[in-house]
Amino acid sequence: MLILECPYCGVKAEETELHAGGEAHLKRFGPGSSDDEFHDYLFMRENPKGVHFERWRHVTGCGKWFHAARCTMTLEVFGTYTAQTSAPPQEIRDAITAKRPGWSWREFE
Amino acid sequence: MSDPLSALPGARYAGLATIEESGLQGMITLRGDLSSKTLQKAVKAATGADVPSQRQIAVATGGAAAWMSPDELLLLVPYDEVEQTTSTLAEALSGEHALAVNVSDARALFSLSGAGAREVLGKICPVDFDPAAFAPGDFRRTRMAQVAAAFWLDEAETFHIVCFRSVSQYVFNLLKTSAHPQSRVGVYG
Repeated sequence: MLILECPYCGVKAEETELHAGGEAHLKRFGPGSSDDEFHDYLFMRENPKGVHFERWRHVTGCGKWFHAARCTMTLEVFGTYTAQTSAPPQEIRDAITAKRPGWSWREFE
Repeated sequence: MSDPLSALPGARYAGLATIEESGLQGMITLRGDLSSKTLQKAVKAATGADVPSQRQIAVATGGAAAWMSPDELLLLVPYDEVEQTTSTLAEALSGEHALAVNVSDARALFSLSGAGAREVLGKICPVDFDPAAFAPGDFRRTRMAQVAAAFWLDEAETFHIVCFRSVSQYVFNLLKTSAHPQSRVGVYG
């Protein structure tokens, strides 16, 4: 069972109270972008074994979206943070580095 | 005018705990900036209660304010005053980025009392109901089996459960099953 702490209401919510929202920090390509960019934005997703960043929604709680950093292999959660950001904050990166030195994910490391 | 009716008038069941439909309750959903002085004053005027802190309910005589999310409160007021209170609130908040809506008839309210109350809820919600973790005055929005619900615990160790009116029969049946006299688990003593 995955347990994530909602950064907005402080509840340690278990998976059934949450809704998974897919990969985090996607850069959107809409009108004016090339077909390749739009294709990649629509279909290409990370599928890592290890460190992963995801969007989650506290759907039956406060209803807010947030981000989570976790390990897909061990289900270890490195931390959760606000949705109002386009990159993982430094304390989350530090928490991951402490446990998984040398990690990288997309353009982040 | 027709008489307003609550979701399941008079519904009651006594098992491990006593479940009762609480009848008509005025409820106002208020969204806005909870740190705004204007909003805090308007909440005080409408309910007599202060803006509650995170996951708490502030109860006053004749009203209460419950923390729903970082920008949302649920205000409890007497049913027959709810329309007047909503418009007074909306007037007080004109100019603010805020919204007050009367949701009384969209919701149902149940009370759950008795020694087994924590256990009855514990079976159907992913929440720790240990007295140290969930104390009187705490308010929580969560899931009750398959539907969203919210509840708080009052000083008399009675839970008050808010759910959507459309699922009130489901919630009542669910509580009844959970409170079946032969289904005691004994986790919370």
